[in-house]
Order: sequence, then C-alpha cells, then structure tokens
Amino acid sequence: MKFIRKQVDVLKKPFLKGGKLEMLYPAFNAFETMLFVPDHTTSKGSHIRDGVDLKRTMITVIIALLPALSYGIYNTGYQYFIQTGLEFTFLDAVLHGAYKIFPMIAVSYAVGLAIEFAFAVYRNHPVNEGYLVTGLLIPMIMPIDMPLWMLAISVVFAVLIAKEAFGGTGMNILNPALTARAFAFFAYPTFMSGDKVWVSEATNIDAISGETILGALAANGDVTYSSFNMFMGAIPGSVAETSVFFVLIGALILILTGVGSWRIIISGILGASLVGILFNLWGANSLMSFDWYNHLLVGGFAFGIVFMATDPVSAAQTTKGKWIYGFLVGVFCILIRVFNPAYPEGVMLAILLMNVFAPLIDHYVVESNISKRRKRWEAIKLKTA
Amino acid sequence: MSTDISIKNGANLNLKGLASKELEVAKKSLTYAINPDDFFSLVPRMLVKEGDKVSKGQPIFHDKNDETILIVSPVSGKVKEIRRGAKRKILYVIIKAEGDDVIKFDIPELQKITKEQIIKLLSDSGSLAYIKQRPYNIIAKPSRLPKSIFVSTHSTAPYDVDYDFLLSNRLDDLQTGIDIMSAIIDKPINFSVTHKKDSSFKNLNNVKIFNIKGAHPSGNESFQINKIDPLNFGETIWVIKPEDLSNIGAFFSSGIFSSSRTVAISGDSLKSPKYYSTCIGASISSLINSDEINDIKNYRFINGDPLSGSKVEYSEFLGFYNNSLSVIEEGNNYRMLGWLPFMYNSIPSFSKTSLSWLLGGAKKVNTNLNGEERAIVVTGEMEKYFPMDIFPMQLIKACMRGDIEKMESLGIYEVVPEDFGLVDFSCTSKIETQEIIKSGIEIMLKEVG
Repeated sequence: MKFIRKQVDVLKKPFLKGGKLEMLYPAFNAFETMLFVPDHTTSKGSHIRDGVDLKRTMITVIIALLPALSYGIYNTGYQYFIQTGLEFTFLDAVLHGAYKIFPMIAVSYAVGLAIEFAFAVYRNHPVNEGYLVTGLLIPMIMPIDMPLWMLAISVVFAVLIAKEAFGGTGMNILNPALTARAFAFFAYPTFMSGDKVWVSEATNIDAISGETILGALAANGDVTYSSFNMFMGAIPGSVAETSVFFVLIGALILILTGVGSWRIIISGILGASLVGILFNLWGANSLMSFDWYNHLLVGGFAFGIVFMATDPVSAAQTTKGKWIYGFLVGVFCILIRVFNPAYPEGVMLAILLMNVFAPLIDHYVVESNISKRRKRWEAIKLKTA
Repeated sequence: MSTDISIKNGANLNLKGLASKELEVAKKSLTYAINPDDFFSLVPRMLVKEGDKVSKGQPIFHDKNDETILIVSPVSGKVKEIRRGAKRKILYVIIKAEGDDVIKFDIPELQKITKEQIIKLLSDSGSLAYIKQRPYNIIAKPSRLPKSIFVSTHSTAPYDVDYDFLLSNRLDDLQTGIDIMSAIIDKPINFSVTHKKDSSFKNLNNVKIFNIKGAHPSGNESFQINKIDPLNFGETIWVIKPEDLSNIGAFFSSGIFSSSRTVAISGDSLKSPKYYSTCIGASISSLINSDEINDIKNYRFINGDPLSGSKVEYSEFLGFYNNSLSVIEEGNNYRMLGWLPFMYNSIPSFSKTSLSWLLGGAKKVNTNLNGEERAIVVTGEMEKYFPMDIFPMQLIKACMRGDIEKMESLGIYEVVPEDFGLVDFSCTSKIETQEIIKSGIEIMLKEVG
C-alpha cells in the first residue's frame, strides 16, 4: 500500500496548486479518492466522523443492482436463442448477453462520466459519485436492441438537462436515469416499443420478435406466461428489469444496509396492489382484468419501485412524505398502464410524475409541522394576553 | 416527585479511553486564561490592561452590547498578556496567578433575599456567565427573566462526565444554587437525571425531577425542553450546567466568585484518563503531562466532547464551560479502498454498510473525515439522530439560505449548534451542520434579537 501511495503522490504533483495541470485537479482527485480515502481531517463541527461516505453508499446501490444485471445478461442470450431455435448452453446465453450489454454499459459510463468530469473541472468541484449508479441504471432499463448512439444521446440529455442544469448530484428534480429513458421513449418511439426491440437481434432478423406482456395486453392479446415465469423473469423486456426475483435480492440489500427506503418500496407495492384490485373488480378490458398480483410482476414495476423510486434526491425527503410518495407512484403506475395503453411504461411515467410532485408533498408535511408550532405559540399568546 | 421522559432515536458512541472515576487535584497552573469565543455572540470590551493586577472575581471585560454582562477573573494575579489574532480579535486574556486577593460581596440572609437582589448579585459577581439563555445559547440577560430553568445531569455525549461522581462532595453548594435559582422563577427548577440510575440528586429540594430515558443526544437540554416545556416565540428559558449551578451556590454561600472546575480528561492514548479538580481557564499542560502521551503533536485536544467541543492547542487553556477535555489522535492518513462497504469496520459507523454495529465494545477514533464533503443526497438520516419535532434537514437548508421566516417557523429558537453533533457525525455527505446552525442563529440574533 505504501508503495502505491508513493507512486500516487508523485503523479499528484503536477495537479497541485501551481502545477502545470492544476486545472485538471478535480479529475485527478476523482481517481485518487477511488484508490484512497483522503487524509482530510475534520476542521469544523464534529471532530470525529462516521466511516460512511457517499462513495460507499453509491457502491452499495451498485452491488444491489448486480443480481438483476447478471440475470439480465443471461436472459438476453436466453431470449435470443429460444427465438432463433438454436441449441444453446448456459454459457452461450451469458456470452451473447454480455456481448450485447457490456458495450451499452461502456457507452453509458464513457459519455456520462466525460460530461461529469468536464463539469467538475469547469466548476472546480469534486466529481460526484451519483453517476456511478445512474450510468449503470441507464443501460439496464433500455431495450436490448437500442443503437448505441441513441443510448449516448439519451445519456447526454439526462446528464445535461436533468442533472447538471440543476446543479449536479443532489440538486436534480427528476431521476436522471428515468429521464434518459423518457427521452429515448419520446424521441425514438420505434426503438422503444412494439415487438421488434425487446429480443436481441429482433431489429435485424425478421424471424425474431417478442412482445412485452404489457404490450400484448394493451393490444388486447393473450398472455402465455405463467406468474412463475413473470416472477423469475424469463420473458422479453428491458435489459435487467424482467426478473422480480433478482430485483428483490437487490431490494433486500438496499433495505438491510439502510441505503434504500423500505417505506417507499412497501407503500409503492400497497398503492399498486390497491388500484390493481379495484381494476380487477371493474374488469372492463384485458388490462383491467389482468390479475393485480401479476401487475406487480410484469414490466418495470419491481425494478422501478426498488431502484428508481427510492432515489433519495428525487423522492420525497420527509418520512411521512415518503409513504405518500411511494403510494402514489404505485397508484399512478397502474392507472397509466390501464388507462393509457399507448404508454405501457406506467412505472417510468409514474415515478417521473411523482418526482415533480415530491417537493409539494414535502411542502405540506413540513407545513403541518410549522402550523403545529405556530398554534403552540398562538395558544401561549392568548394565555398571556 | 419525578416524571419519566422517554426520548427515542439517537445513539450512544462508546469510545475507548473514558476517564475513570478517580479524582485528583491538578497541579497548580502558572497561568489562567479566558477566551471570549467561549461566550457566543459576546463582543469583549476590555476593562483591564496588560500588567494590571487583578483579584479573583474582578471584571476583566464586559459585553460591548450589554455592559451588565461581566466576565471576571477566575484567579488572583496579574494580566500577563492580551493575546490578539487577525483584525486584533482577542484570543485570550492570560492571567499569571499570584497572591490571593478576592472580591467579596455582602450576601443578604438567603431566606430573605429578594429576586432583584439575586439578579444584581449574579450580574455584578460575573456568576451570570454561568447561565445560558435559550433561544440563542447566549449569556442570560438580567432584563429577560425565564419561564423555567433547566439543569441536566443526564449526560450522553461521548466522553461526557458522570455528574453524580463529579458533584458528590458539592451537593450543599448545588442545593444553594437550586434554591437561589428557583427563587427567581418562584417555582422549582427542572432537573433531569438518568432513568433508573441510583442518584443522590433525587433527594434535592426545590426541583422537579425528570428521569430521562434515551441515548445521545437526549442529554442535551434542547431535547428535554422540547418534551417538557417547549420554548415558544418570545419566551426565554435558562439552562445551567450542574457544576456551574454549584458555583453559583458557592458564591451565594461565601460572597466570592467560584471558579471551580472538575474536568474529566478522556482519550485512548492517555495512560491514566481520570477526573481532575482545577479552575476555569487552567492551562492544558497543568492537566496533562507532556509525557502522558507519546508524540503529543499528533493529537488533538478538545475542550468538550468530540462531537461538539472546540479544538485547542496543548499550549492553550481549558474553556469556560466544559467539564470534559478530550484527546483524540489526528487522522491524517490515507486508507486504501476505504470506501468499500464492510471495509475498516473498526471505525465507528451507524450505517449498516459497515459491520461496526456488530463489533461491540468501546471504539478507537481519530479525526479523519472518512470521505469528502458532498451535496446532501441521503435523506431521512438526520432525523434518526435528532429526536425532536423539528425537521433538521429543512432547518439546515433554511439556515444556508439565511431565510429568517423559515428558520423561525422551522424551530431555530429551540436548537443550539451542539444538538447537531450526532447529525454532523453521521452525515454521509459530511455536511458541517453545527456551523450552519450557528450561522443561522447569528442571523436570527442580529435580525430578531
């Protein structure tokens, strides 16, 4: 360790004040702090500090994403091979998936981090860790056959407009990863819906096609998958969102480490279940009569509620607010799915919608605290007057 | 009569090197010093010059904005130096101890003493400095009498003292102090003790005992006030530290300003951490021998507890108010890949991304920031360590904006910076919340007063 530290110290010299590359210090700092927690000591406030920092928190989210990502890689290959009818082994499927997905992840990180670094250098602030998570989330929620240049443009849009325009990590109103998806969804609709995008190579090979379950339902089609299939995730869909099982493993990691808000997850499931049951009772079309518990299993609901709705920056920030926010995400997700079959992406739109309303929810929660205090003051005034 | 109060949320930090319950008389300090920074918002106007002889209890400076607020010399001697920093700001008034001249007041019979006489004596003797006023945590103003008075012996901060031990032989002074203070408000003062702890304080008179159950920061008076007698706009409450109340009592018994201070010196590097009895403003070197710690330069000395105390050099002096002096290793070292979850579990952490919570026992700490400052990202974290019906994060943001109306309505009057010690500690984004609250209170003091 000492040897590496010495090498880093030598490399660091030109980036320090007065050095030739002083301007690029934030970029160097990002790499240095990846390798070493810095030697900064406390100067104001508490003299001792908790071992946790934002890097550790963000890495925990990435660890929680890995089960779903791994399954997504396998499922990409699996869907491709069962459609083509070729013989395949587990390894073949994984290799095919990796071949398709790793370039997406690479593009997402390269483009997004380039912008983050540029802003950090320009504004002379340290590179924030937020994009480590966003950069992995974006490819995980896109259709597998999306051209890489579209992915790159979506990333640029998300990082510039949804995040940096508001001041960077911690200041954004909308979840950046979902903004990237929403951008792609409205800018390139033919690549984001239909039956030719969800299975690997479907855009190139005529014989391959595959609808998502929600797509089929919206077209009043039949669903041939069992609830077990939907839960385990061997179905067409965005890269890593299909398996509820592996998403739940991630949810467990988030909840046990305290990084993700269990309140949002639970209340989201409650909200979606409630609306699902109500629609089941109504049952006017195939989307309405689709069993409420299956609504929780299909599409991006599980992935969205676990990894997107719990984004602490864009979600409600008060405890009470989190319950309301999560619940409404669940409610709107099913509402949008059922009432607007053109947008099967209910959860994406529901979360973005609630992102916008989260500050309002918080406002009313905080306001009730304020009025409670005011009432206490008024009561005293009356007594003494 | 006693009432049980339970304060949920919060957490205790168990640190290695807590002072053991042995009391030793500290060796005599050659110099004593008063740091005007110990008195929040006080602007000192000197009443003595370098070279002047001062008696114990003689005023050395008063507040420019309120001349009734006097700070007096803790010992008899000669003003050795008025140490100034940038912009001629007074850092220390250093007094070389010599002789034993004292200023003595005539105290009327305590049974017949009037409220006005008490206030006048408190103010003239400098004992008023022992009383803090809420809101703002400034020295109490004789012109604004409180609706109630709070004393907390429920100490929860890391390295905090055990007041039962500390005051075991000053109970008489404490009782006198209590009688005097309750005479001011014509009712018993609120006195909190630790729940289910066998305490001699329960036998005191003129007090309303509250048994406080809860982890840090439930020992801070703000949280108790919030539960027992919340502070409203326009009201004042006085808060007195237990030993300071004994000093007030001692003054009313003897007529001489009492500057006794028992201080617990804690730190895992100390050979024998224990309690010492000395005087306010004693030099740190009179309390800790330089051979007590190897490599003394690599340690930080803190007047107060590690969460909310203030840094001093080894060559400097004990503060006016603190009963604890903490010694902590400087953490200016790198940790390779230290940000990975479940790495370096020996560093105390409330987060479940570390196994620290599984490893019981007292922890060793240093002053490393354990990361870098970031924008606030994680939410719901501050509330866990702030057991009051106030939204800490929203209040902090209002302070950052300097939004007076919002600060007021979110409860700035009910808090003091040290209430945010644990919030500071646990913050993932390493936000300096105590500094932010302090700046917010400064704005309120200036604009609202």
